[in-house]
Amino acid sequence: MSAHQHAEGLLSHEPEKATAEGRNKILGFWLFLGAETVLFGTLFSAFVALRHNVGDGPTASELFELPTVFAATMILLFSSLMSVFAVQAMHRHQVKAMIGWLVATVVLGLGFLGLEIYEFNTYVSEGHKMNTSAFSSSFYTLVGFHGAHVAFGVLWITLLILQILKKGLTVVTAPKIYVSAIYWHFIDVVWVFIFTVVYLMGKVAG
Amino acid sequence: MDWLTTVDHKKIGILYLIAGGLFFGVGGLEALLIRIQLIKPMNDFVGADTFNELITMHGTTMIFLGAMPLLFALMNAVIPLQIGARDVAFPFLNALGFWTFFFGGVLLNISWFAGNVPDAGWTSYVPLASPTYSSGHGVDYYVIGLQIAGIGTLLGGVNFMATIINMRAPGMSFMRMPMFTWAIFITSALIVFAFPVLTVGLVALMFDRLFQANFFETGSGGSAVLWEHVFWVFGHPEVYILILPAFGVISEVVSTFARKRLFGYSSMVFATVLIAFLGFMVWAHHMFTTGLGPVANALFSIATMLIAVPTGVKIFNWLFTLWGGSIRFTTASMFAIGFIPTFVMGGVTGVMLAAAPADYQYHDTYFVVAHFHYVIVGGLIFGIFAGLFYWWPKMFGRMLHEGLGKITFWTFFAGFHLTFFVQHFLGLMGMPRRVWTYLPGQDFDTMNLISTIGAFLMGVAVIVFLINIFVTAAKPRHAEADPWEDGRSLEWSIPSPPPEYNFKQLPLVRSYDAWWRVKREGQAEMPVAEPPGPIHMPSPSIMPLVMSIGLFIGGFGFMYDKLYLAIGGIGITLVCMFLRSVFDDHGFHIEVEEQERGVRS
Repeated sequence: MSAHQHAEGLLSHEPEKATAEGRNKILGFWLFLGAETVLFGTLFSAFVALRHNVGDGPTASELFELPTVFAATMILLFSSLMSVFAVQAMHRHQVKAMIGWLVATVVLGLGFLGLEIYEFNTYVSEGHKMNTSAFSSSFYTLVGFHGAHVAFGVLWITLLILQILKKGLTVVTAPKIYVSAIYWHFIDVVWVFIFTVVYLMGKVAG
Repeated sequence: MDWLTTVDHKKIGILYLIAGGLFFGVGGLEALLIRIQLIKPMNDFVGADTFNELITMHGTTMIFLGAMPLLFALMNAVIPLQIGARDVAFPFLNALGFWTFFFGGVLLNISWFAGNVPDAGWTSYVPLASPTYSSGHGVDYYVIGLQIAGIGTLLGGVNFMATIINMRAPGMSFMRMPMFTWAIFITSALIVFAFPVLTVGLVALMFDRLFQANFFETGSGGSAVLWEHVFWVFGHPEVYILILPAFGVISEVVSTFARKRLFGYSSMVFATVLIAFLGFMVWAHHMFTTGLGPVANALFSIATMLIAVPTGVKIFNWLFTLWGGSIRFTTASMFAIGFIPTFVMGGVTGVMLAAAPADYQYHDTYFVVAHFHYVIVGGLIFGIFAGLFYWWPKMFGRMLHEGLGKITFWTFFAGFHLTFFVQHFLGLMGMPRRVWTYLPGQDFDTMNLISTIGAFLMGVAVIVFLINIFVTAAKPRHAEADPWEDGRSLEWSIPSPPPEYNFKQLPLVRSYDAWWRVKREGQAEMPVAEPPGPIHMPSPSIMPLVMSIGLFIGGFGFMYDKLYLAIGGIGITLVCMFLRSVFDDHGFHIEVEEQERGVRS
């Protein structure tokens, strides 16, 4: 492949779609996200079916503190916005700006994870553990799966930043950036549903 | 070594065939042991515990490790050739999918040697499968083995969808795709949207068993019915994941050997899509006796019966394709023609089972066993045999022996109907499924004996097929590019077996049945869409194998509470992912002058 000989100036406007490999990667990733949607859909269904079965443990409205969760939501939404800017910078071939936005994405992602770990810690100390009730099991599995996705995304995007620093923006690295961005948006959308279905409904619709 | 690192879809297809065949053999032996135990009343050939293990492992092995890999074998061997592509969209993922399936299957079967075999049935219903009632590691093997194998299947589904959307040769529009390609496209979509449901179900059961979670623990607020829903929301589309590819194979074989264009091609496509769509709407027909209420039962009953309509469309299309054709009775075509009445019988009992009130009588009896063996063996396995005999020359460059093939067909066909036809009546007379023995004097004796004899006939058929493979392997590779002479789709326009890069120049497709049309116009080769040039190929890689071994080790770590094994195993996989991301695969080029090497004219 002659990808590596391309000077930056020769990249097309959308370098992620310049090669057949890149186009395959993007399509395949969208399909994978389809599967992920079903995965989270099933986790949501299990949670909705079990969320009132709290047994002797605390209920959702006793546990949740909306200000913290709202802060986490805002952090993740802004993180997603940062990755939009990163992809826009990529389309303008501004590598430095792109790396800056990606770093911001990762930092906000870490902030979200920190809040989530703090939140889970608090819950456990309040007697809300994995084995407390059906509600707690399905809560930790759903929110934990999302958290694991965020953690994976943070590691992944960090790795991509290092790769861009080493290899520069090419038709090989561009699809990776693009795909990680749609992954990040997907994780964000899932969180919006978690915020609504788990936290708001837990607090308001008890 | 070559085989451990290959990313070539043709070789991966053969790997799937070998591994799937191996597990199919294991599942078959389990079936024979089950039938020996049931040959006479009050038999004590195996104990009740062993019997439970045998039926659980037979079902699980046959569906996840036998039938699906054999389908993946045909998909891999044929799909890129049929759409005129040089490989699948993601050759590396393709290899990874194979190896994760393989190690998942090995993990599941190691349970026989670990002395803890899954014994809660292939559906693994809770509370039976819960830690309270299945305290050993048996069900853990089921949960983790299937989880790892499921990753492979999901990757395969994504891969083939992307391949069929993005990699079609110039001119091959969707409505010019061969029917088998269509079937695999829809099957892949079903895999992508159904397997994650199983993933979640298995995760939940694993958390219940390993981390004392309460998804299915009714005492702590969990729900046993939730497992039934999750399992069947996956499980019913799974049935169509199994049968749609067989429909595809039958369409190809019937059309080729009737030497006619497939009758009603566009209605076939539509019927396939409709079956897949409805397949997601009918899961609760497995749960009529769970007590969901008359409204739910009525709706799922009607939805289920609706599936008979597109299926009927297909049956009649095959009949009309045969009608007036000059039919050649090769082994492949005999399996395809034998498939039609056999599958119709399975379909008819399916509609009978769909009637919810009647289902209260059939539920959990041998009637159900007879029904699903008619659709899975009489449908899917007949389809796989037809496909193997049909595409064997394309995969291996050698024609299977037709005489031995016909012996296989007749013994298998007769053995199959002997085994399962009587089971309808056993069920209607009240013999429950999953019982390890029965009392004499209930009129069950003779029919069970017949059933066992039939099972052994099928065993003979499989042995004859194996002999056929060995006899064929000893012969020289001299199959023609178009060995049946009536090939219609692109795979018959290139040598058997095809060179590593499949198509020296990508073909230009101008119609449905593209190769047939070219032959009818008196030309010997497909028109091409590009000038000759160096062909880019992906590099082989050992990483898919290593990643799967990592998951395999991690699985044991989770099961036996060895944290270092779990972290170490998953760590191996993650390190491989890291390396794969950091080091680009530049692949290599096959230059024009090298392209002839290794290809027989």
